[in-house]
Amino acid sequence: MNGYLAWDETAARNVINALKAKPGALLPVLHELQETFGYIAPDAEPVIAEALNISRAEVHGVVTFYADFRTTPPPAHQLKLCRAEACQAMGADRLAERATARLGIGMGESSADHRVCLEPVYCLGLCTVAPSAMLDDRIVGRLDERKLDALLAEVER
Amino acid sequence: MSLQVYIPADAAAVALDADSVATALQAAAVRRGVDITITRTGSRGLHWLEPLLEVATSRGRVGYGPVSVSDVEAILVAALNGSAHPLCIGIVDDLPFLKRQSRLTFARCGIVDPRSLDDYVAHDGYKGLTRALEIGAAATITTVTTSGLRGRGGAGFPTGIKWDTVAKTDAAQKYIVCNADEGDSGTFADRMIMEGDPFVLIEGMTIAGIATGATQGYIYVRSEYPHAIATLNAAILAARRGNKLGRNVVGSSHHFDLDVRVGAGAYVCGEETALLDSLEGKRGTVRAKPPLPAHKGLFGCPTVINNVLSLATVPIILDKGAEFYRDFGMGRSRGTMPIQLAGNIKHSGLFEIAFGITLGELVDNIGGGTLSGRPVRAVQVGGPLGAYFPRELFDTPFDYEAFTARDGLIGHGGIVVFDDTVDMAKQARFAMEFCAVESCGKCTPCRVGSTRGVEVIDRIIKDDGRLANIELLKDLCNTLKFGSLCALGGFTPYPVMSAITHFPEDFGITPPSRQAAE
Repeated sequence: MNGYLAWDETAARNVINALKAKPGALLPVLHELQETFGYIAPDAEPVIAEALNISRAEVHGVVTFYADFRTTPPPAHQLKLCRAEACQAMGADRLAERATARLGIGMGESSADHRVCLEPVYCLGLCTVAPSAMLDDRIVGRLDERKLDALLAEVER
Repeated sequence: MSLQVYIPADAAAVALDADSVATALQAAAVRRGVDITITRTGSRGLHWLEPLLEVATSRGRVGYGPVSVSDVEAILVAALNGSAHPLCIGIVDDLPFLKRQSRLTFARCGIVDPRSLDDYVAHDGYKGLTRALEIGAAATITTVTTSGLRGRGGAGFPTGIKWDTVAKTDAAQKYIVCNADEGDSGTFADRMIMEGDPFVLIEGMTIAGIATGATQGYIYVRSEYPHAIATLNAAILAARRGNKLGRNVVGSSHHFDLDVRVGAGAYVCGEETALLDSLEGKRGTVRAKPPLPAHKGLFGCPTVINNVLSLATVPIILDKGAEFYRDFGMGRSRGTMPIQLAGNIKHSGLFEIAFGITLGELVDNIGGGTLSGRPVRAVQVGGPLGAYFPRELFDTPFDYEAFTARDGLIGHGGIVVFDDTVDMAKQARFAMEFCAVESCGKCTPCRVGSTRGVEVIDRIIKDDGRLANIELLKDLCNTLKFGSLCALGGFTPYPVMSAITHFPEDFGITPPSRQAAE
């Protein structure tokens, strides 16, 4: 649906082996696994731990520390709304309320049909064209009701 | 007839549909049989005019902005005929917003093709490295120290002294780490350099490596910057092909190579020791200092860790000399600062100028006040850990020490403007909430105190024991300030306390207690 492979241990080992020689390889490995499968499956943790010669607890600690790493499959779309100060100054809170009301989910939640998740992001570096948002890989500046509604219509299709 | 056009590929322009504008322009030119070359540059920093389309003419680059897809056809006709167009802003270099600046770090940004090594070299690129190789490592470090360059990430520590410490520490392996984890809201200068002139950062890091004896560099970029990551990777490949990175850099006896590493959405990794832990593949928790990273940094080796802007300023210092750079600025703040004007501001963008300009000048004159047209009520300087300043403090000069003297900080040079609809109690609450979300968890005052702070501010807002809770909040802020290892816990009190001090009415306290809130 969004171009990710289903979790597969052999494919995961290939990803890990290609990167494990890098110094401090864990973050690059996790990023690449998430790129491939869309999330870090719990089954991936012991495989990573063995390959990098660290404990499973260390892997789990890192996976859960960073906001970027998902531990469940991602929905079809990820809509990130910037909630930081520069966007607040331009009405981001009001737009976030509009998005949560329309989708019927809270910030950080996924819709029941698994079409979309709504995530807060603290700064996309688009503070001069605030409020800003990111739908999957696409960045949007000067977000207003009209642009937000168009994004929401897109994810609901 | 042939036409040379420049359209930014900077994320701020892309977020306003610059890619579609470029595609539409190309298509319109093909339809009319016009021979067009569209170069995707970085941004000039005139973000209120983005997407800003520039056409090369004999008089210089003529700008049109902000351009939408529907304007493209008419602009093409105007550019070909030399006729008028309502979006035409004339010669871009002549705009007052650019004329008033002293662009040293950002000299090339928005002008060159960021992925072209040839273009970089044609615009004075690699002159700094050439000079560094001529004068040798020791004189290179002396030049950086004499220039007065201080860490642009926010702490303001003299860059040359950091380098000197690493140079004097014996080790088989040393590293140069670039902190590109620009997480502060209201800041985007690092992003603009990485997207608009990445070779200047690569050159700065190479100079740092040769001066200190480091052979490997890492650029730690936040994952929220995919465009910057792509441009950096392309530039690094081009630099390697051009022998500007790798073994025997530019035919010298020095080896230096670079890798980009991507963060994973943790604000605290902008703190240098948390960043090092993250680079090592660990949770991004803060380390106690000493040992300093200059002695024991990445993988336990001596490490220079500098902000993007510090490193990107090194080439021009080497090229033009320490005195040239030092002659800009005031007091102990030497050189220029790329100041970022963001939030509710009319002329949003990047403004590089010598230290010493006042906050009011920046917000009212250069920034043109709010975009909403309402009065400016508060500005937050230096990111989410920076203080909120009211109009009464607009005479503060942009200078490290002057801001400290007024219980604020310039941080990474971001200014976020709020109009009179802002609720400062809500902003204070957000500062605590943000700290709670982003705390690495190492220090108890930060980990627990931030959550308690949100609760206390909620009680103040509800008028539940308001005065007692304000005292409690001040006490809590003191605990955070003095009981945390890094700036996240240590500086969260700045936005909170400045909001109470300067805007007591928003907390339900009458202004006479303004002194008492001190």
